[in-house]
Amino acid sequence: MKILVCISKTPDTTSKIAFKDGNTKFDDAGVQWIINPSDEWNALVRALELKEKDASIVLHLISVGGADYDPIIRKALALGGDEAIRVNADSSDSYFIASQIAAVAKEGAYDLILTGKETIDYNGSSIGGFVAELIDVAYVSLATKFDLNGTVATIDREIEGGEETNEVSLPVVVSCQKGVAEQRIPNMRGIMAARTKPLKVVEPIAVDALTSLVSFELPPAKAGVKLVAADNVAELVRLLHEEAKAI
Amino acid sequence: MSVLIFVDQTENHIKKSSYEVLTYGVKLAAQIGTNAEAIVLGTVNDDLSALGKYGVTKVHHVANETLNHVDAHVYTKVIEEAVAATNATVVVISHNTTGKAIAARISAKLKAGLVAGAIALPDTSNGFVVKKSVFSGKAFANVNIATAIKIISLNPNSFHVTSADGTATVETLNATVEAAKIKVTAVNKVSGEVPLSEADIVVSAGRGMKGPENWGMIEELAHELHAATACSRPVADADWRPHHEHVGQTGLQIAPNLYIAIGISGAIQHLAGVNRSKVMVVINKDPEAPFFKAADYGIVGDAFEVVPQLISEIKKLHNN
Ligand SMILES: Cc1cc2nc3c(=O)[nH]c(=O)nc-3n(C[C@H](O)[C@H](O)[C@H](O)COP(=O)(O)OP(=O)(O)OC[C@H]3O[C@@H](n4cnc5c(N)ncnc54)[C@H](O)[C@@H]3O)c2cc1C
Repeated sequence: MKILVCISKTPDTTSKIAFKDGNTKFDDAGVQWIINPSDEWNALVRALELKEKDASIVLHLISVGGADYDPIIRKALALGGDEAIRVNADSSDSYFIASQIAAVAKEGAYDLILTGKETIDYNGSSIGGFVAELIDVAYVSLATKFDLNGTVATIDREIEGGEETNEVSLPVVVSCQKGVAEQRIPNMRGIMAARTKPLKVVEPIAVDALTSLVSFELPPAKAGVKLVAADNVAELVRLLHEEAKAI
Repeated sequence: MSVLIFVDQTENHIKKSSYEVLTYGVKLAAQIGTNAEAIVLGTVNDDLSALGKYGVTKVHHVANETLNHVDAHVYTKVIEEAVAATNATVVVISHNTTGKAIAARISAKLKAGLVAGAIALPDTSNGFVVKKSVFSGKAFANVNIATAIKIISLNPNSFHVTSADGTATVETLNATVEAAKIKVTAVNKVSGEVPLSEADIVVSAGRGMKGPENWGMIEELAHELHAATACSRPVADADWRPHHEHVGQTGLQIAPNLYIAIGISGAIQHLAGVNRSKVMVVINKDPEAPFFKAADYGIVGDAFEVVPQLISEIKKLHNN
């Protein structure tokens, strides 16, 4: 059994969002980078839980990015996993990124490919779907529970207005969200071990990007809060009804 | 040429988010000088010709039961054929759970550039540039799609629905429905409540409510306003409320017309999930709570006193 977990690097959740170079680049001055939360807490932690139960599982991590990704990949390796692969490319096009992951996935003949539900910077929720189509396997999105029984996965996933339980034969691509894994405090004792784990850097395959980033913009500043006295709740209701037309 | 609009259904009924993508797709078709057509998959009990109210001229229907469940692989094949049959140059889908399952897969199949989470019509004055939400609602990106066929998934609650008189012709589309790779063994719908992602009004509460036993007034307020209920992360983590109510950077991101935050401090990770709301109201006893900086209206006060008054004032408004 071979599992591949996709790891993305994102700004820390408290980061101030600003742009530079004529609003074409994220301004990372002073920004702390983290493993994208659902990649770490949902996809990776679930893969580690599976490996704890079955030591024969081979667990690889994959990232697509430049050398600036390495500290994040080492951190992920410290949480667990046998080795990591970094495809040495930088792109804003998620199809391009997914194509790199798909190439590695195909070559490595993985049985299970896990992603987080979305990155907190690009919010595309699309890597899993791209990869599944490119390697022509089933895709289960937004999983909230994941169990393996031999080569059949039983997965609960979010659907419009509820949840559904799916059974699917491996190989499969699954995007993971909250619920899929136990909450756990990362065990950073793995840090030393992670230094000696293989981190393979491979060059990207040639792919034409389907989209290109033109610019970023920030939302217009809020006008400021209108405060209403606590003993005048009727006034709040009037404002919401007449001014904001929200009720 | 056409704009093909994917109309989502659940339990044999058209989804509210579909009216939004219909309006969006019809406006887009007018903008680029083509016509708008809809595609509906699975068995549906609603009158599909009524979708003409939103401006589509034709509705293509594949009434195969296999399609009552979303299997991304099966859907992709059907939509590929629908795109060919309608000569579509743009496909519009909601960025809801269905859209998240299928949009990227269709994009890869058709080699058609995807902008996931669009919030506005594209700027077609120089290319095809779509604005989308990034950094969990804290910023926007303008993304150009260069491919001949373009796919847009629209963030729920980002486009105002308009309708007028009109009927559409409904045609059966003979598409290939492949065997599903995914077997659905159970479905568990949260019925009765307003789904959070689609709600116009959301009443949300945080740790300031002290304990789950105090949620009665939150539910009553939500009931009066026909609103959905939401909560901050620690509230869901402590199991005071179900996890699907958790909004924020690591929970659901929502964009209702009105978001009422009660006893929530307004941490940056919480705001990331709600700051696309059109109007935000905060009730918090701490005047220094960061939420007041993001809100439109606020009351500095004790929720246990303010919320009951709010309920009775809203009742008064509704009785008038
Ligand atoms: C990586 C990461 C991701 C996170 N993701 C999320 C997320 O997705 N969603 C999320 O919500 N949080 C998230 N958090 C947590 C976030 O940082 C805050 O801790 C959390 O939002 C605080 O919840 P709260 O406002 O309910 O509680 P508190 O911060 O404890 O605030 C309670 C508020 O209630 C007020 N209050 C108390 N009593 C009363 C009363 N009687 N009447 C009126 N007001 C009262 C207090 O003044 C206070 O402002 C995340 C944190 C991290 C590190």
